[in-house]
Amino acid sequence: MTHPFLFLQWIEQQLHLHIGEHVIYTWFVMALLILVAYLASRSISMVPSGVQNFMEAVITGIDGLIEETMGEEGKAYFPLIATFALFILVCNLIGLVPGFYPPTANLNTNAALALTVFVLTHVVGFRKHGIGYLKHFMGPIIWLAPLMFVIEIIGHIARPLSLTLRLFGNMYGHEVVLMIFLALVPLFLPIPMMLMGVLIAFIQTFVFTLLAMIYIAGALEESH
Amino acid sequence: MEFFAWCVMAAGLGMGLGSVGTGIGQGIAIKAACEGVARNPGASGKILTTMMIGLAMIESLAIYVFVVAMIILFANPFTDQVVELLIK
Repeated sequence: MTHPFLFLQWIEQQLHLHIGEHVIYTWFVMALLILVAYLASRSISMVPSGVQNFMEAVITGIDGLIEETMGEEGKAYFPLIATFALFILVCNLIGLVPGFYPPTANLNTNAALALTVFVLTHVVGFRKHGIGYLKHFMGPIIWLAPLMFVIEIIGHIARPLSLTLRLFGNMYGHEVVLMIFLALVPLFLPIPMMLMGVLIAFIQTFVFTLLAMIYIAGALEESH
Repeated sequence: MEFFAWCVMAAGLGMGLGSVGTGIGQGIAIKAACEGVARNPGASGKILTTMMIGLAMIESLAIYVFVVAMIILFANPFTDQVVELLIK
């Protein structure tokens, strides 16, 4: 249930690499982003033009979003959050081009991203609060702590699961719907679905990055 | 063979039932957002952002059902055993 012809997968099969199409397309997206970053930063000038102008607008937008959600403390996590946003957005949008497969429509890519967020939140929490970070899991009243601890642990484990499955389900579901429409009426009918795919790509990127920000900010704040 | 028929039934019915709850939830969320914008059009930007996050959260319920339906249809762990039993 993917696009009928994936040209990078075809190249991979010709070379007998056995890597899997999502890894190949992840590499493609990485190469694309590195190229854009190189083009944007090749000749930095005070009065931006061309690619630099575009990238500055994108970066300013993400920067404003981080400041709005996480405050001044969030500035340190800007590289991670901005990378998430750009990577997921390009991964989602690339699925709309014929011959390309969105790497986010594979469970493994999303699990890698979500586990990064999950590990980072706890590392950040322990670095900021020391052993006192455990108070985050204890709840407001001390004699309720054993009960709250179990609930909080389950809640924290559910976070990467929901992050992964949300992105995967949306992208894969869109792919499946598109394929079914393509099989039913190949002419014009998939176009509205593809328009919705653009919307989904942006919204899911936004949701993923915003949730990552909220989780990190939650680990940073004092326990209540 | 009945096993596969029930698999398709479960996937379809599950997706339908999951969509009902999600639809109601999203409808309520959008109703509240519309009321908020009608009362205070100045806050429409913030309301839109919050609503989108909420909608994505609610939507993930339907997405879970979709993932389970896809597992039932395409990656059912019991398929091999059933096929083995059918061959016997």
